[in-house]
Amino acid sequence: MSTPELEVQTHPIATRITHWLMALSILILIGSGWRIYNASPIFNFTFPEEITLGGDVEAALALHNDPGVASAIAWHFAAMWLLLVSYLGFMLWNLFSGHFRRDFLPVGPVSFWRDFYAAARFKLDHRLGEYNAVQRVAYWGVLFAVAMMLLSGITIWKPVQTYPLETLFGGFQGARIVHFLFMSAIVLFIVIHVALVILVPKTFVAMTRGRATAKPHKGGA
Amino acid sequence: MDLERRRLFGGSLSLGALTMLTGCDISDHDSVQRALAFMSRFNDRVQAAIFRPNRLAPTFSEADAVKNFRYNAWYGPDKSPKLDADQYRLRLAGLIADKRPWTVERLYALPQVTQITRHVCVEGWSMIGKWSGTPLREFLGRVGADTTAKYVGFECADGYYDGIDMATALHPQTLMAFKLSDDILPTRYGYPFKIRIPTKLGFKNPKFVTTIYVTNQQPKGFWTDRGYNWFSGI
Repeated sequence: MSTPELEVQTHPIATRITHWLMALSILILIGSGWRIYNASPIFNFTFPEEITLGGDVEAALALHNDPGVASAIAWHFAAMWLLLVSYLGFMLWNLFSGHFRRDFLPVGPVSFWRDFYAAARFKLDHRLGEYNAVQRVAYWGVLFAVAMMLLSGITIWKPVQTYPLETLFGGFQGARIVHFLFMSAIVLFIVIHVALVILVPKTFVAMTRGRATAKPHKGGA
Repeated sequence: MDLERRRLFGGSLSLGALTMLTGCDISDHDSVQRALAFMSRFNDRVQAAIFRPNRLAPTFSEADAVKNFRYNAWYGPDKSPKLDADQYRLRLAGLIADKRPWTVERLYALPQVTQITRHVCVEGWSMIGKWSGTPLREFLGRVGADTTAKYVGFECADGYYDGIDMATALHPQTLMAFKLSDDILPTRYGYPFKIRIPTKLGFKNPKFVTTIYVTNQQPKGFWTDRGYNWFSGI
């Protein structure tokens, strides 16, 4: 029996390290961010305390009248450096290694809607190591969202030193809202991203061990 | 979904578990707290480096200023210390040449400026207010403070304590604020005066100040002792 050519997905070590550092820092930033949000909610809801990061609220309250916000802020302003460094590393590496150009371009509305329509009818073929137009848009989108988080985040952190950067977001409160909206977009991305990885677990193997192979198959399986 | 996929689905649950990281909270571990404190001190240095001494906080119009400013403290407004103008004395300590205490009368006779700036709370809310008072640098000059020292510290009648870097103390918008919305600072807002610093978070604006001291040792802060960042510039 002749062996058909395998589908191969490889991720260089630099991509894997920066991917997982971004993932870790984003989880910390979301968890602590939700705790900080709860201290002064923008909208008419708060996040359940159990899914936020920042330690035992009751203990912090009893000990020093602090609703666990101190630790959440400390997490947030520690993890932001990790995100900044890993994001810049990821962007620069993939820019110069050609990964962006090779695998994420070109992308346009025509191919996006074509692939989106096919995916919605479960007719989209997928091949390990190749990115369809919907994926390309999603990855560009989340990378843009992280950039906006960093930009709106530094505006909220240092509104005076970065003034008039906040006017870009319609003021200080606008920057908080933008920060919240792009957080929501990233959370949505993570949910879909993780769901798809669960459906095609070899992508997880590729992102951890560096290489995964799959037998070629037909679409719509 | 075919059988192979279903099997792999189960094998990938550990990835789902990873996303629950924020659920198993390790924040209160000593080693985590030490690491976070280390990063907080790193952030102190970053903030001191990016602070520009002559960069002014944005100012707003009279119409933007809130008349009924939000009360904020760890105790209720009825617990605010009621300081008596006749008995009150501002104590001076540390690297200051003329340490004679100041009465409210003498303080209020100092030349004053007015600013309409934004108060930003560490929790995220912000509010624009109108404050009038004497620039702290003007006062430090009058009492012969050693402005080459590193820090200025404050002690307050409500048990609060905090301190700031000298660059911020000498910032033109850092005030000893005697008035809020053109009225003598009401008791609950810190009578006889509060330190108003539009380049710092709200909790670095101590009220009911009873002692000002100049030092080279970083003063402790009430909220810093409770895990908040020391510099807390904005």
